[in-house]
Amino acid sequence: MMDNTPLPGHALADPLAARDHARAQGGTIVEAMPMLPPLADDLPAGMAADDLLWEETIAAAGYATRSLPRGARLRLIDLHGDAAATIQIFNAEMPSERLNVADTVKIQWNAYLGAGKLLLSDMGRVLMSIVEDSAGTHDAFCGASSPVSNAARYGDGANSGTHPSARDRLLLGAAKHGLGRRDVHPSITLFKGARIENDGTITPQIGPFAPGRHMLLRAEMDLIFVVANCPHVLDPRDGYTVTPLRATAWRGAITPVDDPIRTATPEGLRAFLNVEDHYRR
Amino acid sequence: MPLDPHLAGLPGAIVHDDIVPARAPWLHPVAAGQTLRIVDLEGNQAVDFLIYAAADDAERYSAQDTVACQANLFLRTGTRLMSNEGRPMMTIIASAIPYHDTIGGACSCESNTLRYGHHTKSQHACVENFLEANLGQGRGKRDIVSNINFFMNVPVEADGALGIVDGLSAPGLTVDLRADMDVIVVVSNCPQINNPCNAFNPTPVRMIISA
Repeated sequence: MMDNTPLPGHALADPLAARDHARAQGGTIVEAMPMLPPLADDLPAGMAADDLLWEETIAAAGYATRSLPRGARLRLIDLHGDAAATIQIFNAEMPSERLNVADTVKIQWNAYLGAGKLLLSDMGRVLMSIVEDSAGTHDAFCGASSPVSNAARYGDGANSGTHPSARDRLLLGAAKHGLGRRDVHPSITLFKGARIENDGTITPQIGPFAPGRHMLLRAEMDLIFVVANCPHVLDPRDGYTVTPLRATAWRGAITPVDDPIRTATPEGLRAFLNVEDHYRR
Repeated sequence: MPLDPHLAGLPGAIVHDDIVPARAPWLHPVAAGQTLRIVDLEGNQAVDFLIYAAADDAERYSAQDTVACQANLFLRTGTRLMSNEGRPMMTIIASAIPYHDTIGGACSCESNTLRYGHHTKSQHACVENFLEANLGQGRGKRDIVSNINFFMNVPVEADGALGIVDGLSAPGLTVDLRADMDVIVVVSNCPQINNPCNAFNPTPVRMIISA
């Protein structure tokens, strides 16, 4: 929905009229926007409203960034079944440490992400763990669409046009934390999948899916989280098809030593030990 | 003098010819149109491989753009090695083995602590080689991304199970890459001794650049 406030004829010349026109937009509600202060009526039972950190619906073709403290829970909801959340994760205090997709699949001896899996950094630490996943279709291989791939499929891939790419969105998001081209790294796309056949063929799982699939992630370090919501790079549809993504985050306890995800595998346990060692200060 | 079999079939004059010792880094420019041949001298030696555009090294090899572009994980003869800007950097024009890996990444001291245990922290690793080679040209840790592992075999099973298994290579086998733009190639001749990528035994490789 666009701003429908009538533009008074004299607003073009009269600064106060322009101010009145601008101010009249205040309080407008659209689907894709942040809620400040954050407000959500579907939080887990027993959660204090004060612990809510972030409530935002990210537009189709949009992006968002957020600093998340260690222990925070991040819930992502594919509201209408066609979200594609391509993500970057950085250690907030040392962003040269970041998501490493190769280590994420290699260290866990598996190509597919889901509940109980860890998102690992290039420093042998766990950045986030996947606590819940009702989607089951995620992709650690194909990465972000680019201006080139979008131009090939849709005829245009510019940020300023109607078919922006995930890569360009991630670059803008990273830039807002002082990061640049060297910092945008291989990504993971949540909610859209990639199955790998025996001969290496990648079969994209694009949907559209049932509305309301969700993931619950837990920040295991202080993070910068960047997410782009653009069509999957191998989406075969002619049209640029993507729907809004909802993000909600709240404060949570740092993962305890007996947490079942922490202790599930020897490799994962050592990744948590490395995190705990990093914060031993 | 007997013909050097490792030079057979190269398109032009040899402009560079190096032996990379076991466990060592290597860096060299390759001009557009030149061919780089990698010779797996003793067999089953993983060659961890990154590419930077010579004109702008924030443009670099992208494993994800490469596999998405061909909708296949394996790098074979004909695969175009794509940059993060969506441009072909090099093309595999010949390969003596069926495919090479680009999902397994590079071993690091830190990932070794996860995969094998903290007792391996002091062992040499590919990321150490990548850092050493890149630091000399002003690049650093942010410039290290998912790499290629020539001569390494990482199959993915139906349930997603994935691991480095015995290589497909043998002594003297080669892969040839034609540069599609002026590039800088950075290699770690993988020093890993805890998995089958090098048959638990790192060995030298030969890098030949032909005009």
